[in-house]
Amino acid sequence: MLGIGFFVVFVGLWGAVTYGGVVPPLFLASPGQALLAGVALFTEYGFIHDIGMTVWRVLGGFGLAAVVAVPLGLAMGAYKGVEAFFEPFISFARYLPASAFIPLLILWAGVGEAQKLSVIILGSVFQIVIMVAVIAGATRIDLVEAAYTLGARSSGILRRVIIPAAAPQVMEALRLVLGWAWTYVIVAELIGAQSGIGHMIMDSQRLLDTGQMIFGIVVIGIIGLVTDFLFKALNRRLFRWAALA
Amino acid sequence: MTLTIRAVTRTFPGQGKTGPTLALQPTDLDVAPGEFVSILGPSGCGKSTLLRIVAGLDRPSGGSVALDGRGVTAPGPERGMVFQSYTLFPWLTVRQNIEFGLRERKLPEAEVRAVSDKFIARTGLRGFEDHWPRQLSGGMQQRTALARALANDPAVLLLDEPFGALDHQTRELMQELLLEVWGADSPEARKTVLFVTHDIDEAIFLANRVLVMSARPGRVKAEVAVPLPYPRDWTVKTTPVFAELKARLMAEIREEVRKAALA
Repeated sequence: MLGIGFFVVFVGLWGAVTYGGVVPPLFLASPGQALLAGVALFTEYGFIHDIGMTVWRVLGGFGLAAVVAVPLGLAMGAYKGVEAFFEPFISFARYLPASAFIPLLILWAGVGEAQKLSVIILGSVFQIVIMVAVIAGATRIDLVEAAYTLGARSSGILRRVIIPAAAPQVMEALRLVLGWAWTYVIVAELIGAQSGIGHMIMDSQRLLDTGQMIFGIVVIGIIGLVTDFLFKALNRRLFRWAALA
Repeated sequence: MTLTIRAVTRTFPGQGKTGPTLALQPTDLDVAPGEFVSILGPSGCGKSTLLRIVAGLDRPSGGSVALDGRGVTAPGPERGMVFQSYTLFPWLTVRQNIEFGLRERKLPEAEVRAVSDKFIARTGLRGFEDHWPRQLSGGMQQRTALARALANDPAVLLLDEPFGALDHQTRELMQELLLEVWGADSPEARKTVLFVTHDIDEAIFLANRVLVMSARPGRVKAEVAVPLPYPRDWTVKTTPVFAELKARLMAEIREEVRKAALA
């Protein structure tokens, strides 16, 4: 309840400065205008299609990144040799801002879906690798030793100890990176896109429609909140043991 | 299986400015099949190091360990171990933990089930099969760890202060349980056990032979046979034989504990 309270305060302040005339509507639409703009977006401009495109790009890019990054991260955490080989490069690569690659990616991949996905992949893959490697590397050594004394070999240690031990935290890391993927997709859509929430926001700027822009931003926030909630619920279901004190 | 330890030593390399530490002086030990040997010593005397070397989790700096004449250099399922820390896999239930080693050997499902049933019953875990480790008390977790080690049918059972973190009453119950489970096999089929502890009562109560280790760098400084017949229950702790053994071991160990405390 306290959490909802601040939303109310926030919208209240927003309403006060806009309805009160402190900020002219040209720069900031009132909550009512934003809501009306939102209705128009859905009924007249097919905004649901933009949302669908953006969601698909995020999930596609993030999914591809995770499919590559999680196994690599686990291998790095489990085997010192693999870590020594990849770690320096990935530590370097993860500081490269994904958005700085957008011009280059447009040159390589055009302005189509491949470019949008590439931005998200570039932005998430190295982060996931490093986080998963750290998690897998921190597997309790006494559990690994216990597995050895029960006859497990190297492959069994990875499959039956390191992976299940790391799984809940890996899912948490993915949840975090998914949030970042949302910022990358919008950045990618601001430049050279024909659809998507970011594209709509860009279009609205040309029309000086702050109501639509704000509504678009709020929609991103809501989708983020919902995916976060779903991710958490999934983790609780999958890893009931980890939730125990 | 006969366990043979010959001139095993362990030196830990120095870190930074500190030089290398000798943890274990050359140690010899022969353990016959079915023997229950307690290794008693003050903290940091190298008794756990010796056990870890037998388990294959640590490498000796010198000397060798052999089972029936075959050298041991890596961990293996014929040497089961129970640790002082709680090492159940938290993502597996009690039953799944007990079945871990059996599944590693890819035994048929029916056999896996039959073995886990047997050890769940023997260690008094009925009704807790589907609990997760974090839902269990320390005593119940160590019961599961014992069942997990035994389900693998090891020739040698290595116990590294398995009851060290339990309260006194639970610990005494667990000692009796351990003897009960170990004694359930016929004398010829009993496991060879190495039990590391710093508790004198526990060492005597369980073993047919107690080794006393010196303060660091550890070595076996005394060996005392325990002429109490199995099966034993808690009442042997009140017998004159027990009291006499305890007095003797206490004299041996006091000196080492003092040295360890001053070191």
